[in-house]
Amino acid sequence: MKMLIVDDSLIIRRKIEREINLPELKEIYTASNGQEAVEVFTAHEPELVTMDLTMPRMDGTECVKQLVAINPDTVILVISALADRATAIKAVKYGAYGFLCKPFTESEINEALTKCIAFSKELRG
Amino acid sequence: MITERDIEVFIDGIKHYFRTSTEIDIVVETPYLISADEISVNDYTGIIGISGERKGFVLVTAPTVMLRYLVLSLGEKAVTPDLVHDVIGEVANTISGNARRSFGPGFMISVPLIVQGQPERIGAAKDTNGYVIPSRWNTFPFQLVVSLQ
Repeated sequence: MKMLIVDDSLIIRRKIEREINLPELKEIYTASNGQEAVEVFTAHEPELVTMDLTMPRMDGTECVKQLVAINPDTVILVISALADRATAIKAVKYGAYGFLCKPFTESEINEALTKCIAFSKELRG
Repeated sequence: MITERDIEVFIDGIKHYFRTSTEIDIVVETPYLISADEISVNDYTGIIGISGERKGFVLVTAPTVMLRYLVLSLGEKAVTPDLVHDVIGEVANTISGNARRSFGPGFMISVPLIVQGQPERIGAAKDTNGYVIPSRWNTFPFQLVVSLQ
């Protein structure tokens, strides 16, 4: 399974990449804004995406919409500091599967991604 | 106008950030009021502009030595200038974003502006006041400054 990490923070991209301990994830790609994410997504077709919301150029909400339009079976986990309920609901409304609030622990990110992987497998039969 | 409750939201946020990310609790000293043009910054500053229902800014300013230790505490094996530059913005972004849990989605935050050294201007009106929340993480002093209308 391929995964794309989208976050404008270098340290968060590296943290997610370093802390995931899931053998299903074979290839990891990264992007630092929504525009770059669409390009990487189109080139590599990852099944799973982690998505920040507050980013320059194209924010995460718009990016979720675009990725879902390209492939509705993509499983997107929004990882954001925006901790209000309305933001999480909005992200899911636009096509995200789940929401993880920053700051997060290693166990929280692995638990959230494990659920995403299981859902992705269900989607793909 | 900043209320006591507003200040508590940010104190809770910064405590939560460091406890969750580094497993080291911070020490928060007594906040104090300051005029925006009197704000003094440290080596690196992450500034978040606030718009929507509230207007103003949130900034976190810290010495390089603290940010180097913070980068290592976040799991990096080596410290690079890029990571030091990045981490102060992420701290400011996380604390500001988490404040929406209390303030709601009308509390709009910008992407972080990261400044090394003294910024030319913070972007606050001359008559704006802010609260400085002096804190210490792992013995290193740093400041959170909140200025909201």
